[in-house]
Amino acid sequence: MAAIEILGLEKTYSVGFWRKKPKYALRPLDLAIEEGEVFGFLGPNGAGKTTTLKLLMGLIFPTAGTARILGMEVDDPKMKAQIGFLPEQPYFYDYLTARELLEYYGQLSGVDPKHRSRKVDDVLQRVGLPQVGGVQLRKFSKGMLQRVGIAQAILHDPRVLFFDEPMSGLDPMGRREVRDLMEQLKHEGKTIFFSTHILSDAEALCDRVAVIHQGELRGVGAVADLTSSVHGKVEVVWQGTAVPASLRALGAECHITGDTVRAVLSEANQDTALEALRRERMRLISVTPVRTSLEDYFIQKLQPGVTVGARA
Amino acid sequence: MRARIAHIASNTFREAVRDRVLYNLIVFALLMSGASILVGQISINIERLVVINLGLTAVSLFGMVIAIFIGIGLVSKEIEKRTLYTVLSRPVRRWEFIVGKFFGLAGTLVVNTFFMAIGVFAALLYVSHSFQKPDAWVLVALYFIILQFLIITALTLFFSSFSSPLLSAVFAFSLFVIGSFAEDLRGFAGITQGVTRWLATGAAYLVPNFSALNVISSVAHSNPVSGQLILYNSAYALVYATVAISGAVLVFEHRNLK
Amino acid sequence: MSGSRRVTLVFSVLLAGCLSASVLLLRRLDQARTDATLEEVLYISSPKALKRLSLGYDGLLADIYWTRAVQYFGSKHHAGARRYDLLAPLLEITTALDPHLLVAYEYGANFLAPKAPGGAGMPERAIELEEFGIHNNPNEWRLYYNEGFIRYMELKDYAGASEVFARGARVPNAHPFLAILAGKMAEHAGDQQMARMMWSTTYQTTKDNNVRANAAAHLRALQVDEDVANLEALTGRYQQQTGRFPASFSELEAAGLLRGTPRDPFGHTYQLMPDGRVEVRTPDDFPFIQKGTPPGYVPPLAPKFLPAD
Repeated sequence: MAAIEILGLEKTYSVGFWRKKPKYALRPLDLAIEEGEVFGFLGPNGAGKTTTLKLLMGLIFPTAGTARILGMEVDDPKMKAQIGFLPEQPYFYDYLTARELLEYYGQLSGVDPKHRSRKVDDVLQRVGLPQVGGVQLRKFSKGMLQRVGIAQAILHDPRVLFFDEPMSGLDPMGRREVRDLMEQLKHEGKTIFFSTHILSDAEALCDRVAVIHQGELRGVGAVADLTSSVHGKVEVVWQGTAVPASLRALGAECHITGDTVRAVLSEANQDTALEALRRERMRLISVTPVRTSLEDYFIQKLQPGVTVGARA
Repeated sequence: MRARIAHIASNTFREAVRDRVLYNLIVFALLMSGASILVGQISINIERLVVINLGLTAVSLFGMVIAIFIGIGLVSKEIEKRTLYTVLSRPVRRWEFIVGKFFGLAGTLVVNTFFMAIGVFAALLYVSHSFQKPDAWVLVALYFIILQFLIITALTLFFSSFSSPLLSAVFAFSLFVIGSFAEDLRGFAGITQGVTRWLATGAAYLVPNFSALNVISSVAHSNPVSGQLILYNSAYALVYATVAISGAVLVFEHRNLK
Repeated sequence: MSGSRRVTLVFSVLLAGCLSASVLLLRRLDQARTDATLEEVLYISSPKALKRLSLGYDGLLADIYWTRAVQYFGSKHHAGARRYDLLAPLLEITTALDPHLLVAYEYGANFLAPKAPGGAGMPERAIELEEFGIHNNPNEWRLYYNEGFIRYMELKDYAGASEVFARGARVPNAHPFLAILAGKMAEHAGDQQMARMMWSTTYQTTKDNNVRANAAAHLRALQVDEDVANLEALTGRYQQQTGRFPASFSELEAAGLLRGTPRDPFGHTYQLMPDGRVEVRTPDDFPFIQKGTPPGYVPPLAPKFLPAD
């Protein structure tokens, strides 16, 4: 059983007063996420990431299609007891303290009263807010609120986590901490479905990613596959400013920066190139296989005319 | 299920209190003290009248304002500020949320009225120097005022579930005013004809009947309140509030929360 | 979405059920509180203070009090005793809030002044009301008419009535009858012709249904009184001629004293009594008659106003 199963989920709004034009917030989406997976949902702003999350949380209703989480409907309270949600730029009750908020949420999530207090302390510790339990939330900075948001999502030890832009509002230290936390959660066997537009985080954390743009799924795949060196190219770097004629003949791309030259050429020509440099007595600095980055994949998928990849 | 509703209710109460709503009691206390002292210096025999009229009217109006201004934010503010998202992603059903909010605000108003009642009776004691038997009816008048609060809270909650805070306040306040003249509206319907009659009759039955719940002048003149009236008013307030809350639940259940 | 559907169903049923219940309860409440909203006027000791409190919305408030007055003293309240103790304060408050609400002064003349059961029996207070009206609307002939009417009908102050009618007759666009009434007062004060003229004037010139119905009832009563007086005179003559009272109208006809069967204003035939008196068949239909009722007849507490013809 997939942890999250999305079948033809669609959301269309009618916009406009007079002649209603349809706005396709989400075109029919098919996705399946297995338990224990960390799944990144990538896309630029307004792509439909938040719409998808809201549909999964039952905050808005789909125009078509269904979704199931842990095999249950999206409005099933039994299911909700096992998931945690962090919305984008969360905001909480101004006049409650962090501790009171988490106690309240714990009550609503059915956390056993006997352990609740201890769990609240633990989770505050875990998100890096051990001292501020008694401070009213209206005094919290954006970054602190983000951490409280994560705290309320993991408080009741859910199986599946949904994060909408978990790194937003955090400084680099904070982002590192959250990334480490997510790694820990992954090791605990939790399923994490999160949306972001920060690709380096996705590349570091995710098992699989999906790219969404203008409400449409553009591509899905395992990170490892997408970033393997697919092109069979190598990058050769040497000191100096001269480019041997034989190298140029190979059709290499050369960039001269200061006192170094960088050339990208196909793997097959690697030995020839190194031979040429040795003959010319050029000082070799490095030879590295070229890998596509997730960014390349992302940008490519954002181009118009790209069709959805096979259901993965 | 009941536990969750109770938790939402107590959280709503806590939020209202922390939001300094109870500070209105200070203003009220000042008002009552000032009035009693003033009144105590004019002619005898009508101090009791003035204190009861003024006191109960103030309780009613203060409470209405609180009910409306907190009520309009109950749902719409939560949606606007997105605090609702993290609540609804938990095993809380949408209807439990609405019902919990209602009890929370109703509870706040009851507590507020309780303190105000103490104020009214204190003022009464000050001007009359003793409690008289008819003063018991003041309690009934206060009970009716609480019933009015339940109705207006339910109505504000209903409007808040689909409309903006400003519009909700306008609607709720309008219904309060029209409802205070509900019996006249029915009388008006009785003497008109045709389409006007239908419209007026329909409105008269839909609008909350606050005039029946207002026994302030009667009680100020030491008149008793019939047991039958107490019974019918209680049933009516309960039933009407249920209508408004059901409406709120139905709207909220099917609403896309953007 | 079965959970959602169940919630929708439950609360829809709850809403519909409670809505019906609320309508039923409203009706019960209405019964339990029949005069409560009206009694409020007894608590307002100062109409002027109320006017000030109304913050400029005195017109609307006047309309509300007026609606209450009509609702309870008009066609709605057929049965049951009328709360005439509330009429004076209602009219005084209404006119204090809106001194130009002319119909209120008409009610003063037609319902406040007359004795029970047709009215509240407060002619002096009614005259004060009319004077207040005249003070605020000096060019409304109707108000002078109202006051003259009260003085004539209730106080039997014929000189005073004549004087007011004369004043009113001088107002521009005054109804021509005012001058006539003023003039005729000297010779005809107290007789049926005057009464008939006045009630006819009221009947023809009023725009209010209740006032018109009341006037119609009075006109019918005058008719009956006249008919009965005439018929009893005839039965008396018959008795003189034949030594006994007639048993039927045909006998009177045969004696050449009558032509046709006399009928009351509703078309029912009068009844000949063995002792020579004449009675109406349905005395309850004629609230104000002074003749033609059976001995020991007690009129109902709430005079029945049939629709104006």
